[in-house]
Amino acid sequence: MDSMTIIAVASIVTAGITTGIGCMAPALGEGRSVATALTALAQQPDASATITRTLFVGLAMIESTAIYCFVVSMILIFANPFWNHVIAGATAATGVAGK
Amino acid sequence: MRLSPDQMIFWQHGFFKLNATIVFTWALMLVLAVGAKLVTRNLSTERKRSRWQNLLEIVVTGIEKQIEDVGLQNPKKYIGFLGTLFLFVALAALCTIIPGYEPPTASLSTTAALALSVFVAVPLFGVEEQGFGGYLKSYTKPTVIMLPFNIISELSRTLALAVRLFGNMMSGAMIIAILLTITPFIFPVIMTLLGLLTGMVQAYIFFILATVYIAAATRKRKPKPAPAVKT
Repeated sequence: MDSMTIIAVASIVTAGITTGIGCMAPALGEGRSVATALTALAQQPDASATITRTLFVGLAMIESTAIYCFVVSMILIFANPFWNHVIAGATAATGVAGK
Repeated sequence: MRLSPDQMIFWQHGFFKLNATIVFTWALMLVLAVGAKLVTRNLSTERKRSRWQNLLEIVVTGIEKQIEDVGLQNPKKYIGFLGTLFLFVALAALCTIIPGYEPPTASLSTTAALALSVFVAVPLFGVEEQGFGGYLKSYTKPTVIMLPFNIISELSRTLALAVRLFGNMMSGAMIIAILLTITPFIFPVIMTLLGLLTGMVQAYIFFILATVYIAAATRKRKPKPAPAVKT
C-alpha cells in the first residue's frame, strides 16, 4: 500500500473510532451525574435551583470532552493536513507528468 | 463542506476579507446596541412602562440574581462584562431562525476572542479586588508546589471555553447541513430546534463559567485564625 492509501485508511478508521468512544464515555458520565442529581432533588426539593444549575454546569464540562472528540474527527475528515499534503504532492506529480 | 462562516466571503480586497463571521458579528452588535438605546430612551419608574422596558428589566435582574447566586457580592460591577457575554452568545444562537444566517460563534475566531477576553478579565477583576500581591499569592494558595499547575489550569480553562462553544455551535450548523442533503423535510426542523436549545444552554454555560472564574479570583481569603493560646 502506498502512503496515500495508508493515510486515507488511518484517517477514516481513527475518525470513526474517535467519534465512537467520544460518544460513549461522556454519555456514561452524564447519565451518572443526572441520576445523582435526581436523587438529590428528590431528597431536597427546596434546593432545586442550585442543584439544577450545578447539574447543567457539570454536564457542560463533561460534554466538552465529547466536543473535543468531535472536533478531532471533523479535522480528520475535512481539514486533514496529512491528506492535503499528500494530495498536493500527487497533483503536482501528475501535473508535471501530464505536461 | 463548509466548516465555518469564515469561508463565506462577501468582499475581498487584497489582504482584507469581509467574511460572514465579521458581517454577522457586527450585525449582532448593531442590533444589541441600537435595541438597548431605543428601549432605554424613556425609562419610567411609574406603573405604566413599555413592554420592552419590562423585558429588559426581567433579563437584567435575572442575570444579576445568577451572578449573586454564584457568590459575587457586588453584581453591578461585573454585570457589564458578564451580561454582555451572555446576551451576545444567546442572540448569536437565537438568530439561527433567520434564513441565510450562520452564527458567528460557529467560527473558532469568535469563540477564541471571547475566551481570551475572559482570560484577561479574570486577573483584572482579581487584581482590582485583592491587590496585585494578593492576587499573585492566590496562585500559590494550597502550597507553592501548585504554582505551575494553577497556571496550566488557567490556560486550559480558557482553551476549554473556546473549544466548547465552537464545537457546540459548529456541530449544530453541520448537522443541519448534512441532514438537508439526506432528508430535507422534517428532520432539519427538529435539529434546528435542538440547535436553538443547545445554543441557549451554551450561552448560559459560558456566562456561568466566566462568573465562577471571576468569583474564584476575587474571593477574599479568610485570614488564618490565630492558634489558640494554651493556658
